[in-house]
Amino acid sequence: MTVLNILTYPDPQLKEIAKPVDKFDNDLLVFINDLEETMYAGPGGVGIAATQVGRLQRIVIVDVSSKPEIKNHGRLILVNPEITEWEGFALGREGCLSVPDYTGNVIRAKSIKMQAMNEHGESKQYELEGYEARAAQHELDHLDGILFLDRLVSRRNDLFRRKSYK
Amino acid sequence: MKKWTMLTLIGEDRPGIVARVTAALFENGCHLGEASMMRLGGNFTIMLMVNHTGEPPLDAIIKPVAESLGLHVHIDDIECRLHQHLVPDVRISVAGADRAGIVAEVTCALAEAGFHILDLESDVAGDEDNPIYIMHIEGKATEGIERLEAAIESVNKNGIDAHLIPIDTFIG
Repeated sequence: MTVLNILTYPDPQLKEIAKPVDKFDNDLLVFINDLEETMYAGPGGVGIAATQVGRLQRIVIVDVSSKPEIKNHGRLILVNPEITEWEGFALGREGCLSVPDYTGNVIRAKSIKMQAMNEHGESKQYELEGYEARAAQHELDHLDGILFLDRLVSRRNDLFRRKSYK
Repeated sequence: MKKWTMLTLIGEDRPGIVARVTAALFENGCHLGEASMMRLGGNFTIMLMVNHTGEPPLDAIIKPVAESLGLHVHIDDIECRLHQHLVPDVRISVAGADRAGIVAEVTCALAEAGFHILDLESDVAGDEDNPIYIMHIEGKATEGIERLEAAIESVNKNGIDAHLIPIDTFIG
């Protein structure tokens, strides 16, 4: 298992569109292991996309289980992921391993339905919401060459949805 | 290592200020860092980190353009560096009929509850007879969010409409 090098903005590879995975072999399993280790080695350690390490394939990993108060599905290995339904919107703050030292506000869907394969090529359906849905949307954007910088909305005068947190 | 200076410029707002000021700085070999530039009360205010070689001195660089634009100049040779960002974990919004004391009451209650303000933006809307006050604050809850919630509750009881929203930053 290796910690891979994370590309940082403005590396042009971050703007590339990733290609679907069609071979579910040992090479893929080794890469996914390395990608996972790379994710946990970084600050936050809650999401990563293959494109961030220069591998232009449609693979992302999301794991928000370290945040116990947030509804989550544990570690998700998502190969050829596709969002099939979006609902609602929420404003939230994001940063990125590929854009160090910067955070900003991004609008994401509040809940999503997603279809993806796991590392063995088995197709699965997911329903994600809140922070976990944000994580998936952020990582899927990477596969299409989109950074959160492309989706920033102004900090000033924004209407944040008032939540009751008690 | 670059030495930064904080440059403050304030004057009556009009188009062209930022372009002319930054052109003058660039032509004299200056680099710019973090900045806050906004219109306040019909004036344009600039707070700008400037890195310059020292030759010519910054006040000599900025004086001609500032005078031609009617801007007051203030230069602070204080310690400032890039990459000093703190990420806020709380956002507080305040709105209501304008009166004296809102900002003091809110920020004092928050300070006592361990709130570290990183960014505050306030505005007066409405008109002279019925001014409306709106304020957004972002900061860090250094003593936990429960203490801030209690502070906001006490502020609400004194007739100020304040709300607290946690900011949970996703990094991936």
